[in-house]
Amino acid sequence: MSESMTITLNVWRQKDKTSEGRFVRYTLSGVSPDMSFLEMLDLLNLDLIRRGEEPVAFDHDCREGICGTCSLYINGRAHGPLKGVTACQLHMRTFHDGDAITVEPWRARAFPVIRDLVVDRSAFDRIMAAGGFVSVRTGGAPDANTIPIPKPVAEEAMDAAACIGCGACVAACKNGSAMLFVAAKVSQLALLPQGHAERRQRVEAMVAQMDAEGFGSCSNTYACEAECPKQISVSHIARLNTEYLRAKLL
Amino acid sequence: MNKISSFTTSSVGRKLSMGLTGFFLCSFLVVHLYLNLFLLKQDRGSTFDTYADFMATYPLIRPLEIILFAGFLLHAFIGGWLWITNRIARPVRYAANRPSENSTLASRTAFWTGAFVFIFLVVHVNTFFVRSRFFADGMTMHERVYEAFQSPLYVTFYLVALAFLAYHLKHGVQSAFQTLGLRRRRYETLINAAAVLFWLVIPAVFAVLPLYFLLAH
Repeated sequence: MSESMTITLNVWRQKDKTSEGRFVRYTLSGVSPDMSFLEMLDLLNLDLIRRGEEPVAFDHDCREGICGTCSLYINGRAHGPLKGVTACQLHMRTFHDGDAITVEPWRARAFPVIRDLVVDRSAFDRIMAAGGFVSVRTGGAPDANTIPIPKPVAEEAMDAAACIGCGACVAACKNGSAMLFVAAKVSQLALLPQGHAERRQRVEAMVAQMDAEGFGSCSNTYACEAECPKQISVSHIARLNTEYLRAKLL
Repeated sequence: MNKISSFTTSSVGRKLSMGLTGFFLCSFLVVHLYLNLFLLKQDRGSTFDTYADFMATYPLIRPLEIILFAGFLLHAFIGGWLWITNRIARPVRYAANRPSENSTLASRTAFWTGAFVFIFLVVHVNTFFVRSRFFADGMTMHERVYEAFQSPLYVTFYLVALAFLAYHLKHGVQSAFQTLGLRRRRYETLINAAAVLFWLVIPAVFAVLPLYFLLAH
């Protein structure tokens, strides 16, 4: 059994969407280095409930790094200091006994804070609803190799499909841009034959919705790629740009 | 028409316009440097002045001049527009933020380096272009360059501006390739070479000229 740690947490507390928020400092002891970051927050909440205080609201679901629900800005980094990891897969052994940790919600106009560390990411759903799908009748699952797709193309499409829509790209971008998310979705479908039929309408509709939601523009700082827990490449943004140019001008 | 207007107002369309105008301005930089190198020719500025006269008098240069100024203004205008909308898109700053761990300083400061270059260009165009074109005082362009670069203050301002230009292009060139969808793994070496040429070699050679006139004359 590893030794327990004492952590000082500086957590953003906000009652609801319209209230003013503020940072509240908590000192938490008995933190195991083997706990995940979310389990550490569970421990904090148990402590708060025991004291009759309101627990800290934060998003979580699978806690396996695959659902994209957790969304914490930890010590100045989306999902914390580790590369290619969601907050739920970040463990307290990454920190040291006595550390002070600042925990904030995603900050973007298109992701308003609902309560404490929870933000409204339904803007992503509306972008997907605008065109992130294949509406043509594709029938049942085809036999293997009926539609030949070169291995490198299939691999690239799968890399794009790894996007879990957590919003870390938006959180990390100084412009609050959703380009990496939209690019991953556009790229995934543009690469595969099933998505070809609607590729022009798709990119136009998804970019229009992205702009309507109030996300910023990409200025190629590549902070999104660096912070993406699924390490989606910015090469998909280059493809989105080409798709958009083709759809608009050709 | 609707397609074109929605293109120019969309975030991606504005970025593509930035990339296209950026490439156009880079091509101008090459031509400008090529002509400036004649200042180093030991003929008392005769060849340089011949080219300068040609640029000032040949009728076909006029529309190109207008396109060039339009390109500059468009690049600056769209850059400012994007900066404002991007600031609006992130109204609340993080209390703790570590951008240096996920992005380069050049990429984060492209607007500010560009703004400084814009101020420099206003001064630069006024010193050489406006005075020779609209306030002809009998001075040749070579004499004008010689006079301007005798001032250590102007040379310092020029060198600082070139450093800002270099830093702007350090981000800008590779960024334009990315924005125009040309940044592919197989072109990586070519793009990196083009980036070094534009952000390091070209500003460095430009910097030789004021130093040459200040120190060697």
